This record gives sequence, structure tokens and C-alpha cells, in this order.
Amino acid sequence: MHIPDGFINAGTSLGAGAASAAGIGVALRRTGDWLEDRQVPMAGLVAAFIFAVQMLNFPVALGTSGHLLGGALAAVLVGPWAGMICVSVVLLVQALFADGGLTALGLNVLNMGIVTSLVGYGTFVALRKVLPATKPAVSAAAGVAAALSVVISSVAFAAEYAIGGTGTAPVGAVAAAMVGVHAIIGIGEGLITAATVGMVLSVRPDLVYGGWGVAAPLDAGPATPAAQEAK
Amino acid sequence: MRPGTKLFIGAGLMLALALALFVSPFASSSPDGLNKVAIEKGFDDTAEDHALDGSPLAGYAVRGITDERISKALSGLIGVLMTFGVGLLIFGVVARRREKEGQPLGEST
Repeated sequence: MHIPDGFINAGTSLGAGAASAAGIGVALRRTGDWLEDRQVPMAGLVAAFIFAVQMLNFPVALGTSGHLLGGALAAVLVGPWAGMICVSVVLLVQALFADGGLTALGLNVLNMGIVTSLVGYGTFVALRKVLPATKPAVSAAAGVAAALSVVISSVAFAAEYAIGGTGTAPVGAVAAAMVGVHAIIGIGEGLITAATVGMVLSVRPDLVYGGWGVAAPLDAGPATPAAQEAK
Repeated sequence: MRPGTKLFIGAGLMLALALALFVSPFASSSPDGLNKVAIEKGFDDTAEDHALDGSPLAGYAVRGITDERISKALSGLIGVLMTFGVGLLIFGVVARRREKEGQPLGEST
């Protein structure tokens, strides 16, 4: 899903860069409102884990692979604002690995970090409202939200291609192909996300930002906005 | 940080490192969804060379290490540690700013 330089023209990339910078600016402020020193290692771990799992391309169809984007996973574990910062950190480090273009960095932050975190977290919260407050239900909600976030992320690419794609292929065909293949990749994203959230919930449910109501807080209690809201 | 949290972070980091070291060399090398669509729809040739193609870590390989799998494993190890480090740095600054402002717990929205 990393867009290389050249797929999308400079103007559109620049616009996406401005939008991403604004989004990350808001994310830094919002995260600064609640993040405590003791919660910093968890946020760092989420970023490091996403870097690792993004390397694990799984086959989705003949000659095609997919990998975790991680925005929804991060959003459920550390909240949507800190989550999009986690993915942005991953994308920044990946530049040294020549993965994802430099002028396309804004596009990639937007699609893989901001869109996935916001869509993923929004869907997750909506699902949690109708599901019971149990660990399996929270994991399932995270998985479904993650799957949807990948599809919407591919729609975001199609929109950017429509605005500033340098290729000559018709927008409709590109959009259909993107959504088609990412619907399958989304299943992988959903499974990895549900498994990871389930794993953290089973050992330290208090460390899951979106895990309000499933476990009694172990110490001072989660100081996340989500937990405050649920009280 | 309670000892339990330290243990959790340590174990989580070990898992991430293990995935990068031992699983990533065996990951699928097929083009991903976007690249496949680009090839199928004929716009893959609009991609430009990466500005950092000369990076010693370009393409998830460590320059100088010729064994493809070992090279990828080591690049993954470096990447995970770098991401953890940059993450700690950025989130550390974000958290410190909050402490400085002296906002009492729970009064923020």
C-alpha cells in the first residue's frame, strides 16, 4: 500500500502532505492532553510491532500479497490520535528502507495512518456500543474495524489517483481493482488485529485504550480519554 | 511503571524482533495490492526511483550482507529497534509537554 513517488502528481502529493501535517499536528496535541510518562513505552511498542508486522507480506491471490497497515490496531491499543502517530513513525523509518516515496510521504501518512486510525476507531466504537463488554467481543470489533479501514484506505488511494494520478488507466477501473484486492487483504488485517488485541487483552487488558469496561483497572486505572468517557 | 508493565513491554518487543528476524525472511515477495493494481492497470512505470535507494538499508536489506534472508532479517531487527527508539522519543516529548503544563489527571478532554 506504500505509494512510491511518481504515481500521484506533485500538486496532489503536496496537498496531501499539508493535510497530513495538519492531522498529525492535531494528533500530537490531542495525545499530549492525556499521555503520561508511564504510557510512553506502550506507544513505542505499538509502533515497533507495526514495523515488524508490516514486513510480513501474506499471499492473498495469485501473485499478489498484502501486509498489515496497522492504523486500526494502533487506534484500538493506544487511541486514534496516538495511533496515527505510531503509523507515521513507522512510515518515517521506512523511508530509510526506501519503502514509500518521499514526496508521497504525506499521501501515505494520510492513507495508511490517518484514514485507517479514524475509520478503524470510529467503526470500533460503533461496534462496541452494540456488542457485549467481553474480551472476545472487543477483539472481534477491532478485527472488523481493521478490515473496513483497509478498504477505505484503498478508496482514499483511488480518490487521490482520480485527482492527481499520473497513469492513464481509467479511475473507475483502478478504484474497482483497489477495493477488490483490499477487501481480501482486509481479511488478513482483521485477523491479525483481532489476534493481537486478544493477546494484549488476555495479559494486560488495562493497557488497551479501547478496552474500557472489560477489566477492572489494575493500578491507578487507565487514564485514557476513552476510559474517562466510559466512567 | 510497574514491573508487570516492564515485562509486558519487554516481551512485546521480543515478539516484534522475533517476527522481523525469523518470519520476515519467509514473507511473500509478490507485489502488494497497490503494486499489483499498478502493474495490471499499466501505471507501475510511473513510479520513480526512491530518493533514498542509496540508503544502506534500502529494500529491507543491509548493504554488504549478500545472503538475502539474513540481510532482510537484520534490516528488520534494525528497523524495529529504530522505530521503537523514534517512538519513545516522540511520545516522550509529547508526554513531557503534558507534565510541564501540569494538567491534573482527567481534566483534559
